[in-house]
Amino acid sequence: MKKGTLKQILLLTDGCSNKGEDPSAVAALAFEQGISVNVIGILDDDQTEHPQGLEEVEQIALSGGGISQLVYTKALSQTVQMVTKQAMTQTLQGFVNAELKQILGPEQTMEDLAPDKRGEIMEVVEDMGETCDLEVVVLVDTSASMRDKLLTVKEALIDLSISLNARIGRNRFCIFSFPGRRKDIQKVLDWSPRLDNISSVFPKLSSGGVTPTGPALREAMYQFSKKSLLRSLHKDDASNIEEA
Amino acid sequence: MMHQTSKKLNLVPNTIIRGKWHNHVYTIRRKLGSGAIGSVYLCTINQKYAALKISDKSTSMMMEVNVLKSLNKVQGVCLGPSLMDVDDWIAPDGQAYTFYVMEYVRGYSLQQFLSRNGREWVGVLMLQLLHDLKKLHEAGWIFGDLKEENLLVTIDTPSRVRWIDVGGTTQMGRAIKEYSEFYDRGYWEMGSRKAEPSYDLFALAMVFISLYYPKQFAKDKHPQRLLVKKLQDITTLRPYRPALQKALLGEYQTAGEMEQEISSIISRMRPRHTSRQKTSGPAAAAFVPEVAGLAVVSAMYYLFSLLLP
Repeated sequence: MKKGTLKQILLLTDGCSNKGEDPSAVAALAFEQGISVNVIGILDDDQTEHPQGLEEVEQIALSGGGISQLVYTKALSQTVQMVTKQAMTQTLQGFVNAELKQILGPEQTMEDLAPDKRGEIMEVVEDMGETCDLEVVVLVDTSASMRDKLLTVKEALIDLSISLNARIGRNRFCIFSFPGRRKDIQKVLDWSPRLDNISSVFPKLSSGGVTPTGPALREAMYQFSKKSLLRSLHKDDASNIEEA
Repeated sequence: MMHQTSKKLNLVPNTIIRGKWHNHVYTIRRKLGSGAIGSVYLCTINQKYAALKISDKSTSMMMEVNVLKSLNKVQGVCLGPSLMDVDDWIAPDGQAYTFYVMEYVRGYSLQQFLSRNGREWVGVLMLQLLHDLKKLHEAGWIFGDLKEENLLVTIDTPSRVRWIDVGGTTQMGRAIKEYSEFYDRGYWEMGSRKAEPSYDLFALAMVFISLYYPKQFAKDKHPQRLLVKKLQDITTLRPYRPALQKALLGEYQTAGEMEQEISSIISRMRPRHTSRQKTSGPAAAAFVPEVAGLAVVSAMYYLFSLLLP
């Protein structure tokens, strides 16, 4: 069986979108194209766990077939890698569930199977999660309120790369920040197998208070198709994928 | 700290849990603890105690069950609690939960045990842990989330370290499934998160360091230098320092190598040395030589050193 590539958008934000189209709609569109959208809402230390304005976080992830999590800055590293891995499992399990429905009939899901059988299926899902290739477009909100959080975001992304590069499967990341200087998003790092060297390129703070989450998600979604277009032009682009 | 969308299940004492598939009936006694994935309860079945872990995250639970099953297959040592049952429970409100039942291990935390029994147990506990890790690694597994909270020393004699949560156990060569920052060499920028023996040995060294820094500490600009310094500052661990430092720096390829060095360190220790340390132990502290002459004190010292193993 040929191993597939999982595609994810990871959105890190601390606030509500206030410009452009509805981010949930864009997330739903991305999900239709086989990209899952995960959202991490970063809380200020003095915020409650259910703050105003961050309900959007859960909505975007729900429409995007991904996972959402609200988290205080200091727990960001653990959360980023956990959300990414859980989302991989969720996507793979979705595939397996669809296959099961084909075999067992439309009413059957994994929960209808006896624990022993379920355990065997989870073993397969785990194997797939370990060996499949993964592509993540990281989308970082750099609007003014994120000022004090960017250092932690950078560390969390380096940490994510440590976790994912311990897998057998290959990884590719790229990073965008939004809002960009002239466009909705700004490229920070092009497709790369590791994130250890992002210190030098990590974004300076954008000015202005707009948070165009919807348009940014749309741009992020296009990064996958751009790449597959390029891939068809240059067959040997595997050179920038690190061999695990 | 994290926002969970799943419902919080809280079982009150005397709740009856009947399995959907196997029909075994468990009576909940009290909550033992809860973690990221689910809660563990003390329960009874046929008048016997057992530990029951329950959660609505069926997939994560099944992954844990898979690990427990493979560990139970490793012959000759008890790696982790033994698994008794896996089943689903439909709560009265219709919500489905997955649970598994395992052996109930009664024990002290390492911290409690060492303060009750004295620091000469440090080396023994290290050896026990290394012995089990060696067996686990030989079976192709890495423990992963090795930390103080995941270990107990049995109350029943002989005292033995037991692992109570095997959720992080990962097949060798893969990415560590679950870890805690303080014990994770990736966090300290001292290695990868690939499941290999040296990953567990690093965490093992951190377990013993953490005993002396109950509030733990965060990394600074030079994580490696900081850890070595923190280790050096613990006088109790001085005899084991060379071995622990090598574990931190990833210089052991196998748990067996470290086990050998620790056991040779222990055999080199003078019994006289141990008895002098004992002054801070509970037995000696109770003995207050207020009026007694110096000769009596030293005689008692001598007797104590004979009594101690």
